[in-house]
Amino acid sequence: MRARAGRVSLRAMGDAAWLRPALLLVIIVALWALAVQIFNIPAYLIPRPLDVAEAMVDQWQTLLAEAVPTTLATLGGFALSVAVGIPLAMLIAGSRTVESYVYPLLVFSQSVPKVAIAPLLVVWFGFGMLPKVLTAFLLGVFPIVVSGVQGFKSVDPEMRDLVRSMRADWLQSFAYVNLPQALPSIFSGLKVSVTLAVVGAVVGEFVGANSGIGFVLQRSIGNFELPTMFAALVILALIGVILFWLIELVERIVVPWQASRRVDVAATA
Amino acid sequence: MRIATSRVAETGPAAAGPVPIPPVAAPLIGIRDLSKTYRTKAGETPTLSSVSLDVRAGEFVAVVGPSGCGKSTLMKLVAGLIPATSGEISIEGRPVREPPDDVGIVFQSPVLLAWRSVLGNVMLPVDVRRLDRARYRERALQLLETAGLKGFETRYPWQLSGGMQQRAAICRALVHDPAILLMDEPFGALDAMTREHMNVELQRIHGATGKTILFITHSIPEAVFLADRVVVMSPRPGRIEAVYDVELPRPRDLEMMGERGFIALVKRIRGHFAAIGALD
Ligand SMILES: Nc1ncnc2c1ncn2[C@@H]1O[C@H](COP(=O)(O)OP(=O)(O)O)[C@@H](O)[C@H]1O
Ligand SMILES: [Mg+2]
Repeated sequence: MRARAGRVSLRAMGDAAWLRPALLLVIIVALWALAVQIFNIPAYLIPRPLDVAEAMVDQWQTLLAEAVPTTLATLGGFALSVAVGIPLAMLIAGSRTVESYVYPLLVFSQSVPKVAIAPLLVVWFGFGMLPKVLTAFLLGVFPIVVSGVQGFKSVDPEMRDLVRSMRADWLQSFAYVNLPQALPSIFSGLKVSVTLAVVGAVVGEFVGANSGIGFVLQRSIGNFELPTMFAALVILALIGVILFWLIELVERIVVPWQASRRVDVAATA
Repeated sequence: MRIATSRVAETGPAAAGPVPIPPVAAPLIGIRDLSKTYRTKAGETPTLSSVSLDVRAGEFVAVVGPSGCGKSTLMKLVAGLIPATSGEISIEGRPVREPPDDVGIVFQSPVLLAWRSVLGNVMLPVDVRRLDRARYRERALQLLETAGLKGFETRYPWQLSGGMQQRAAICRALVHDPAILLMDEPFGALDAMTREHMNVELQRIHGATGKTILFITHSIPEAVFLADRVVVMSPRPGRIEAVYDVELPRPRDLEMMGERGFIALVKRIRGHFAAIGALD
């Protein structure tokens, strides 16, 4: 993985991992500004980056305040996803019977659009935190289950035999072998999950909330305040990135043996 | 170390029926008419058919046979990991129903835990069996030293070569001081040079500790080099086709592999597989 001679300087500069995506981002924003200028795109379709920055600066207090309920709903949904997803993954990986009953249904349930369920949740649970948390959960739980099943199943059969030959009980096999073995896979699922939970929380806010970034998005698009809307989008992306990064940080502490630390590209729905 | 007999015991396929077993002074491992048929949705796989074998305490028995003849199955049965379809296995006179305490296992791959240091891996049986950590830590360190892994105790498995990893796996199998060592093609994944070195090493361990070793391999020279007896198995469903006593003096060195007696025995055993081609 040595850099070719000509790229050494760029490599040295790019030693800080965030520098390259930051560079790309600057280029994209510059192209955006340029495109708006050249094609003379009206501000009610695409605002100039500068207008967005201005909206950010002007309204940072409101945006920050609205980010709080969105983040809380995301975290709530994510926590619920972990609490339900990991035990479910253990059950599915541990028993072929459970797998044959539950897994197909779970996959099937994924093809039901969560956006369509969100209004129903509002009908059931009213406006407020709970329906948002639930939509975040509905989106966030699936990747955790899938990666958890994959992780728990990745235990070498010889390793299973080995711990069984030591007469390990269930808890010991789990603590000494199965869980640590599954952790790298679980963490890649957690990272996908948390970004999906952000989406879920916003979907929840679209249909039934009077606070949160999702609410700001809807209101600003209704009022043709495009710079505000774009600023809200930036905030939303920031929430996702920060949570993603936090999980990666925890991963580094909890799974230090994971040698290949590839950057997982998070899927969004 | 063992009573030399000048006989080359051989049980041909014709004698596969009820062989009269001479009364041996309480074998450490007794395998009696053992059969195993795997039942899956795809159907039944008769894998072992009426295997009988006695292993004396301190004996080194090697099992050779074509791929898929049920060698690993035999090992798992002795280890109490899978139930027999019929027949009986006993260790120290007690029938094996669950994994016995007095056994250590080594597989073809070292299956070390990536998140435990070398010492941590060797200590795994101690942790699982809830033995006295302090006492067995000393033993683990000593084992690692004799295995040439001194200085690597705090390293992680990926920092070790394949041969070193397998040596750590052997230390792990020995740490709770079991009387019996079960080894399923333990050196099969190593290069030829490392493998020869490991053979010498294992022979030393056997001589020094007097462990009873059941050793599965697909290398006939390896079997002859190491074993007191070589058990030859037929293709699936595996039966014992022949048993050879290895009369070569111990300790054996690699030079011995060029001697006539060694070569003759290897050739003779290889004769069993001439019809089916190479082993594994
Ligand atoms: N868990 C299992 N379920 C079904 N069939 C099995 C199982 N384990 C092994 N077998 C079958 O039993 C036969 C012998 O396998 P094995 O004991 O691993 O052979 P060897 O170690 O001699 O190569 C093979 O045909 C294999 O497909
Ligand atoms: Mg095998």
